[in-house]
Amino acid sequence: MSSERRADPVAFVDERLGAARGLRFLMDYVFPDHWSFLLGEIALYSFVGLIATGTFLALFFNPDTTQVVYHGSYHALGGASMSGAYASTLHISFDVSGGLLARQVHHWAALVFVAAITLHLLRIVFTGAFRKPRDINYFIGVTLLVFAILEGFAGYSLPDDLLSGMGLAIAWGVAMSLPLIGGPFATALWGGRFPGSSAFESRLFIAHVFIIPAILAGLIAVHLAIITIQRHSQFPGPGRREDNVVGTPMWPGYALRSLGLLATVAAVLVLMGGLIQINPVWLWGPYHPYIGTNGAQPDWYLGWLIGALRIMPNLEIHAFGHTLVPNPFFGGVLFPGLVFGLLYALPWLDRRFISRDYRRHDLLERPRDNPRRSALAAAVLSAVAVVFAAGSADRLFFQFGFGYEGAIWFFRGAFLIVPVIVFMLTRRICLELAREERHPLRGWNGTIVERNAQGGFDSGSRIPAGVASRAETGPEDQRR
Amino acid sequence: MRNGHESHEQPPGRASRIWKAIVMLLLWRLGGLRSPRRDEGSDIDPSHREVGAAEWAQRLVLLLLALIPVVALGFVALFVFDPNTQLLGASLGLVLALAAGALVLAGRWLVPQETSVEPRPRAGDSEAIKAVYERAAQGVQGITRRRLLVSAAGVAGAGLTAAVAIPVVALGPGLDDQLSSTPWRAGRALVDEHGNPILAASVIEGSFLTAFPRGADQENLGSPVVLVRVDPGSLSLPADRAGWAPEGILAYSKICTHAACAISLYRSPLSPSTQSRGPALVCPCHYSTFDVLDGGRVEFGPAGRPLPQLPLTIDTGGVLRAGGPMSGPVGPAWWGDSK
Amino acid sequence: MRRGLLALAAALCGGLALVQFAAAGGHETTTSSTARPRLSAALVSSGHALFESSCASCHGMGAQGIRGRGPSLRGVGALAADFYLQTGRMPLPSPRAQPLRTSPAFPQSQIRALIAYIASFGGPPVPVVYPRQGSLPEGQRLFGLDCAGCHTIQGQGGIVTGAIAPSLNQATPTQVAQAIRVGPYVMPHFGPGELSAGQIDSIARYVQSIQHPEDRGGWGIGRIGPIPEGMVAWLLAAAALLLIARLLGERTEEQRENHRPPKAP
Repeated sequence: MSSERRADPVAFVDERLGAARGLRFLMDYVFPDHWSFLLGEIALYSFVGLIATGTFLALFFNPDTTQVVYHGSYHALGGASMSGAYASTLHISFDVSGGLLARQVHHWAALVFVAAITLHLLRIVFTGAFRKPRDINYFIGVTLLVFAILEGFAGYSLPDDLLSGMGLAIAWGVAMSLPLIGGPFATALWGGRFPGSSAFESRLFIAHVFIIPAILAGLIAVHLAIITIQRHSQFPGPGRREDNVVGTPMWPGYALRSLGLLATVAAVLVLMGGLIQINPVWLWGPYHPYIGTNGAQPDWYLGWLIGALRIMPNLEIHAFGHTLVPNPFFGGVLFPGLVFGLLYALPWLDRRFISRDYRRHDLLERPRDNPRRSALAAAVLSAVAVVFAAGSADRLFFQFGFGYEGAIWFFRGAFLIVPVIVFMLTRRICLELAREERHPLRGWNGTIVERNAQGGFDSGSRIPAGVASRAETGPEDQRR
Repeated sequence: MRNGHESHEQPPGRASRIWKAIVMLLLWRLGGLRSPRRDEGSDIDPSHREVGAAEWAQRLVLLLLALIPVVALGFVALFVFDPNTQLLGASLGLVLALAAGALVLAGRWLVPQETSVEPRPRAGDSEAIKAVYERAAQGVQGITRRRLLVSAAGVAGAGLTAAVAIPVVALGPGLDDQLSSTPWRAGRALVDEHGNPILAASVIEGSFLTAFPRGADQENLGSPVVLVRVDPGSLSLPADRAGWAPEGILAYSKICTHAACAISLYRSPLSPSTQSRGPALVCPCHYSTFDVLDGGRVEFGPAGRPLPQLPLTIDTGGVLRAGGPMSGPVGPAWWGDSK
Repeated sequence: MRRGLLALAAALCGGLALVQFAAAGGHETTTSSTARPRLSAALVSSGHALFESSCASCHGMGAQGIRGRGPSLRGVGALAADFYLQTGRMPLPSPRAQPLRTSPAFPQSQIRALIAYIASFGGPPVPVVYPRQGSLPEGQRLFGLDCAGCHTIQGQGGIVTGAIAPSLNQATPTQVAQAIRVGPYVMPHFGPGELSAGQIDSIARYVQSIQHPEDRGGWGIGRIGPIPEGMVAWLLAAAALLLIARLLGERTEEQRENHRPPKAP
């Protein structure tokens, strides 16, 4: 080796891996620019935060349901009997340096993770990004949402506090409600009747720190790989076609901005984790199956399920002297099953019924460009939102005095009526917006002011008939 | 107001005007009445490059970068000497915010701002697809029993999958006794959470207590019951439960028949003449409400089954004892429920 | 059990001493019990007059109750009268409304008179509570078992079908004990055989602790759990991140105008 060789990191890597060409490809790689394309990255960086804080927490948490007597530094529970899992959570919160910060950053990151995925999903649906060739990536994304929700539920159920213990009881009731197989299924998962054997906490722990994160990481890797292969979609605009990608190259612009987004997400999460309290399990106390608290709620991304369970009338289907469909099935399995079924079926529904278009698309549509799809998506979203709101009807009663039973009936009616209204409204707004930009003068009935040869102004001539009729309808105004 | 365009149609009715008013209001709020600039065409070249970092931006980025190690040191010191959650979060958050600021500033105002164009990779190449099928076919040339081999491979694969998947069954214990058994037997004394027997005299009207079978696991779903005392004259229990409530003391399972939450609310009207609702046990999860006077009948809420009732007797020492097993299965319903 | 009785007797004596102070004088009351204080006849009669004008329309001229309007107050004692009057629950605007905490409708002197009048019919005195003698973990356990179902484990209040369970943020230890013994509106009540005075001390101590929680994690956002947490995640974090995304997403004028309507088919 010549001593005049200067340090050349790229040569180092290329001589071993032949990576220079790949690096150049990456540096030239173009990302289309739009703020709404960054939502998936927000989710990705929240996931990074979850892994970092989760690893720290897993080094201290004890997934053990054996009852212990607490003698740590939270004196309000001194001498109380609780599970080892709950005690280790108190230990992390009060006795481990930075433990409470890690716990709170972890929990805020989980809430933001699912929120970002949801916003990202809405962007995908409203812009038609799920169409061929991105339908397989879309399925991966919806699956990521399912696992993110399951992961969050498993995570906040680990500390065995009163609030999450009640949530696990309900989950068991929902698992039991699967027709025919519910009993064996639920007892297999829990290792017996609820609260289950001592193995259940271990299963929850392993699912939360290993199985589901591995699935999430794998799916995310495939998700990103497919985007890399296909290139990101883009909105129509000057110079933008189906066969090109216009935007910022990875180096230097996109890499710096993406890293900046990572730092921003991390900053927001850490600031919230330090300054805003979340899930103060020491205030809830340990869980026992024979105690319950009013106002127990799941984390926000399961609020639609508690709403569904609350507004569902007390229907149970019996057959041959057995309970075929217990009540929790409708709110806990059927409703989310229908919503996710719709999500998975969306590419096919869109091809076949909504847009009636089987072609490949790399250019996105604005929501107003596809009124029927936007209206359908808004209607489904509004139905879910109504059910979300129904889940907090008890707090509404407490704050504002509307009777609880009346509120439940109101939400039942709203669930049926609001999506219809939202559908019609959204479609009309999309059509109006689209027409507005094609024909800004549509319906204009003012006067034309013209300069005459003497330098003055003549007014009062009416808009020529041809212009008026052209302004009202155009070839683009087909019913969609 | 833009209703002039309707001139060639019927005059709008009132409902249609209200509808339009709502639409216009929403359009105004959504800001949709601005029309974006129209483009000229998709054949123009949008490539673009702006070079030149402003001096203020470079200085600001330098400042932010310089501050980071200072604040980071503060975080390290706090972590070692005073790990107060708020101070730790604020300092680390500040470090990250400074880094974010530096990166964003650099990305937007320091480095050249470029718009590049790249061709999108072609996909759906029918020649390549055909080539794959041809190569695959080449790989199985000369095999005569192709169909049979493929079917056999399929069955073998299914068998292998079943073998790999079956250990999942080990998760579950045997079912039947588990889900329907409770520790309650005739003569079992009712005790509080410390194991002290509960005297009938200590249950007053309008109160509610949690009780367990003596000696049983309190975490078992079949164990906890709620004890209440009502005026015996107000009871309307089913005929086969005539003797189940001595002195008007009732015991119901504390586990909700909807989704297994603990029924921890007791609605107990103090003056029945001014309060129209009777006494009821309510579950805090989805507010299933059970009428205690009527054998646990569901008065409101999603529960599909009445609350199981435990028959009670009072022994010679005044201690409450179970008079037999529960009236029905405890907890949420499932297929194997015996009715 | 015996300890509980002793504690109850001690509380009674303490309570009687308190009533003695309030009555500022001493005459034997008509109902006999162990060592009842003398309530000044003047106080009782001014309470009687007040009662006739403010309370009798629902509770009857002799406090015997009117069916469909108000229950009998004979025998409810100073315990109940003090609770309802000091928390402003009574007088009630309408007989069917739920009594809720407001500011007291009467000045303290009138409240004392009314209490004296009601106490003259007999019944339990105002309880004396010693929160410091209670055990915090025991209070947490009892509160979880008997109270959290309606009031939430943090005493933030909740609902039952048909009524509100109020928050306990303003409840004094005495009022906690009174509510436990009275069971106002649809709240169950607990006698000494179910919750002894010592256990009530523990519950009162727990209620005090949840009125001044530590909030080690920062801003407590009401301590009612995932609903405000979700709102913060959306309205604070998601909003902030969306703002940053907008800042990062469109850099040049050229790119801001980057969309057009689709071509006519």
